[in-house]
Amino acid sequence: MTLPMFPPGDAPGPDFAEVLRRTRLSPFGCGGALFGASVAGPPSPGHFTTGAVSEPVRGLGRPDMQIPHATTICAVRYSEGVIMAGDRRATAGSAIAHRTLEKVHPADTHSGVAIAGAAGTALEMVRLFQLQLEHYEKVEGQALSLEGKANQLSQMVRSNLAMAMQGFVVVPLFAGYDLRRSRGRIYTYDFTGGRYEETDYHADGSGGRDARTTIKLGFREDMSREEGVELCVRALWQAADEDSATGGPDAVRGIYPTVATITAAGFARVPEEEVASAFERVIGTLSSAEVNRVRSAGTGEAASSRKGKRP
Amino acid sequence: MTMPFYVAPEQFMKDKADFARKNIARGRPLVATVYAEGVLICSENSSRSLHKVSEIYDRIAFAGVGKYNEFDSLRVSGVQHADLKGYQFSREDVDARSLANLYARYMGNVFTHEMKPLEVEILVAEVGPQPGEDQMFHILYDGTVVDEDRFSALGGEADAITSRMARAYRPGWSLQEALVASVQALSGHDRDLQPTELEVAVLDRGNGRRAFRRILVAEVAAMLKRGGSAGASEGAPGLGAGEGASTNRGTVAEGGTDAEGGTEAEEGGTDTEGGA
Repeated sequence: MTLPMFPPGDAPGPDFAEVLRRTRLSPFGCGGALFGASVAGPPSPGHFTTGAVSEPVRGLGRPDMQIPHATTICAVRYSEGVIMAGDRRATAGSAIAHRTLEKVHPADTHSGVAIAGAAGTALEMVRLFQLQLEHYEKVEGQALSLEGKANQLSQMVRSNLAMAMQGFVVVPLFAGYDLRRSRGRIYTYDFTGGRYEETDYHADGSGGRDARTTIKLGFREDMSREEGVELCVRALWQAADEDSATGGPDAVRGIYPTVATITAAGFARVPEEEVASAFERVIGTLSSAEVNRVRSAGTGEAASSRKGKRP
Repeated sequence: MTMPFYVAPEQFMKDKADFARKNIARGRPLVATVYAEGVLICSENSSRSLHKVSEIYDRIAFAGVGKYNEFDSLRVSGVQHADLKGYQFSREDVDARSLANLYARYMGNVFTHEMKPLEVEILVAEVGPQPGEDQMFHILYDGTVVDEDRFSALGGEADAITSRMARAYRPGWSLQEALVASVQALSGHDRDLQPTELEVAVLDRGNGRRAFRRILVAEVAAMLKRGGSAGASEGAPGLGAGEGASTNRGTVAEGGTDAEGGTEAEEGGTDTEGGA
């Protein structure tokens, strides 16, 4: 490797993605090393994705090619900032590709990014996004504004458009604590890079619709941390209940969704025990309709087997 | 018809070296030293925004003296190199030694082939996982690399600062002791440096993934004040007790009356220590 030296009139500035493009290492957009070859033709089998879409990827001309997809993620504003959560399952077609995938990642000290969609591309995007924010901070001597970070992510999603058209869709969810305005903010994206700011909450991925509805019904202004975590966990439970690609809590293996808070103090993971106890509270408050329906459909046997799955 | 002047290569190189040395010596100096928990870098710099010391990567810091635009573009290149390498391979594979070699190669190349050599000296420091594994590379304008394992002085009066540091240095000293000694080495006997005239940063082993941390003026003032009074009672190593006490007076004078200034500085110090 050599020391990157750019002429003063042609320097990439604090943009790490541009440095990557200049050194032909960019995974997104044209000329990328990772996907450069596959822009012209379908990607080679063996690419993995974490999916928002649980069915086989369309548009690839290869119905047998199934890539991992990340599924349900959500973010909710609460009294101290934002809570982000995501289930742990990745699916490839109808198979479970991964049981412990992390979909909620810190972007920098005061923001987080959650991912749904093609897992390989999405995780690469998260890695590049984290690097980009840190690179900017080091070169410029100060961090980007929250809106600046959201716009950066938008550009990355847009530069993945060619891949998205072939089925490698990545739908991130970005949330952070705006230190200049002293409040949590949530941004959502579509696969063209469109960026939309949500006022209170959002959920994305294959179970996103169910999660969104659950949050909509349970949301209140200025929730406490405990209430916020419980609402996210409830939303993921409902998503897992309706969507096969979303993983519920796994008490046998001790796998629980990733939940994180972003406050003035920064990004912090919610301890697993706290998530597990939130789940217990949620299950304790399920309506009799939800539990009884199982009993009336089958017999007492079905109900007891369902009970056994509870953590 | 004109003939190009012949200049002997020896003379040509000597002129370039003299030019670079003279301009570097005009700038204000910088000293770096290892301490128990990492590496301390302390420089004279009255600007709050134009930094001489900065972060390159998780465990690597950069410091430069001389012409600001030149060492700043070297710094940015270092950040780009480190981030590229970490992206291409792994974060663990980014090390100070290879970065120092790249800097040396670049600066040596400029010195030999360009009309004007770089008027800078730089330092690349890396904090190791254990005490005793910290590294400092001092790179001169002509690409000479010096590997230091105790302390390093850059810029004007580097020789005098080095001899003062050599007398004060004690293996495994605390951050406060190292800071007091570094400031005294920078200031010499005939003047007092105020905390506002200093830029101080550390690579701290206990600071998580990103070891680099700037030490703000209030914290510097508190440490110098505490260190100064300790130096007065037990005698600062290698320097007169009177000098330690004079640093103390200089710091307290800022806070108003002696008693008030002292309390504020003490509180500030405790707070920042708790945060770190």
